[in-house]
Amino acid sequence: MTATTTTTTAADAGMASFLRLLVVAMAILFGLALLPAVVDPYQTVLITYGLIMAIAALGFNLLLGYTGLLSFGHSAYFGTGAYTVAFIVRDLGAQSMELCIIGGLAGTVLVSALFGFVCVRHTRIFFGILTLALSQVLWSLAFKFFWVTGGTDGIRVAYAKLTLLGGLVDFAGPGSFQRFIFAYYYYVLGLFTLATVIMWVIVHSPFGMALQAIRDNETRASFVGISVRRYRWIAFVISGAFTGLAGILWVPLNGLTTPDVLYWPFSGEIVFMSVLGGFRTFVGPIVGAVAFNYLKTAAVASTEYWQLLLGVVLVTLVLVLPSGIVGTAARLVSRFTR
Amino acid sequence: MSLLETIHLKKYFGDTHAVDDVNLAIEEGEFVSLVGPNGAGKTSFCNVVSAYYTADSGSIIFKGTDVTHASVTERVKAGIARSFQLVNLFDDLTAFDNVALAIFSREGKTRNMAALARRDSAVTGEADTVLGQFGLASKRNELGRSLAQGERKLLDVALAYALRPKLLFLDEPTSGVSTRDKGQIMDTIAAVVRGEGITAVVVEHDMDVVFTYSDRIVVMHQGAILAKGTPDEIRTNDQVAMTLIGSAGPDAFARKE
Repeated sequence: MTATTTTTTAADAGMASFLRLLVVAMAILFGLALLPAVVDPYQTVLITYGLIMAIAALGFNLLLGYTGLLSFGHSAYFGTGAYTVAFIVRDLGAQSMELCIIGGLAGTVLVSALFGFVCVRHTRIFFGILTLALSQVLWSLAFKFFWVTGGTDGIRVAYAKLTLLGGLVDFAGPGSFQRFIFAYYYYVLGLFTLATVIMWVIVHSPFGMALQAIRDNETRASFVGISVRRYRWIAFVISGAFTGLAGILWVPLNGLTTPDVLYWPFSGEIVFMSVLGGFRTFVGPIVGAVAFNYLKTAAVASTEYWQLLLGVVLVTLVLVLPSGIVGTAARLVSRFTR
Repeated sequence: MSLLETIHLKKYFGDTHAVDDVNLAIEEGEFVSLVGPNGAGKTSFCNVVSAYYTADSGSIIFKGTDVTHASVTERVKAGIARSFQLVNLFDDLTAFDNVALAIFSREGKTRNMAALARRDSAVTGEADTVLGQFGLASKRNELGRSLAQGERKLLDVALAYALRPKLLFLDEPTSGVSTRDKGQIMDTIAAVVRGEGITAVVVEHDMDVVFTYSDRIVVMHQGAILAKGTPDEIRTNDQVAMTLIGSAGPDAFARKE
């Protein structure tokens, strides 16, 4: 009897908190949908970049926050997504963005499955170093094989050549840049929402529960019958695919892909976004990515020594907010509501 | 046919013969206690059979199948589960999620990433039932790390039990728990295990507990089996009394108490 009552009330409480979450999420989405109407195009571009990086950080955090694996090589999957799109547009002459996404995802899944297969044999620092080393291999390929990759010049991907939604939206003719900014924002927002919902379901699924169990106690996880290595590998591939999607979406907005997005400092930025937002929470990486994007933009705009300024700000933030922006906010909220 | 049979099972660590040529058969439905002084090889035996260690030589036959070279997960799927001497939980998951995960895993549902775990009422219902059986219903939403030692011990056993194993190894389920709580924990465990007809092998130091709950007792010493028999046979075995408590006689165990 007691057990049944507990279940019912727990299910009710679960439903109530789910509805509350849904309302908050819809409100945020509504706000984001209205944004381009109230801010200037430059701000729209900034937030688009932020949302793209949020997808990358969301993918990264499936490994760090939920599986307990710190990857220092997520630039590899972002870069693979970006370069695959560039190749598709340049060499195959494709125009459809959807085609680019499918091709880019196929490329990242392939690379992350391969790299992941090697990396998940190890944990902790060995895992981190391996991911870093493998990403550097891709970087050096992009850097050295300039006749294919354009070397440091990179590959241009002009937005004007692309179409969205299977050709429904194109960017030919005058004033196309404004139209592109506007349309692309909604395109990214849609995919960001989809990616967030998919990731939310994954981490709340039995599979996500198994990943958290592996994070907490690898030994015990295997003693309840979970094949630890295989689950880590699957998580790695999903993580890579999300970060790859971010790379894919980033290229048309940036107009160019260079080896910089394969280089290790870029992996560091993805790590930082997650830590800044709070990798122990689901929304932390999203908030962190958007916040980091603004911080970096502000730092670059204000001084020539922007790396130094950004470094100081970030170190301070981590010292003051060790559980990240979202972790700290959650603690404050629970303190006031108690 | 015995549920479990080990044949010339050996596990050496250098010069230490942790498990030394052990031939032991465990029958279905038995509650067997594994006793012996520290370092007798009780935990090592459990570790080898549950695949925490690999055997150096010999074989392990479970339900008539040789599982000597089977992996941990294969043995879990075959029906061998265990708890741990040092509590081994998912500390950042709630008590409920700890148990639910074991059930999802048993049902082969952990590969499912397209459904919400909380909405699987068959699993959540069973998880709550298991928590109730172990007296942990009121702790369902507490994190593993925030439970008291006795509760952690019980949850550790509940995790293994939720896999509905055929054979359950319990490595010192009452270690690090106050004497007062010991009886309660053992009562809970024995009731659940016997109720389900699960075969249990319990490593235990407290001879009171051992004599009270066991069908059969296996005494180990220096990696080998020194004696096996019913509680009454072991109680009157002078060789066992000398090994375990250092004195012999008709009422050696009683005097010690």
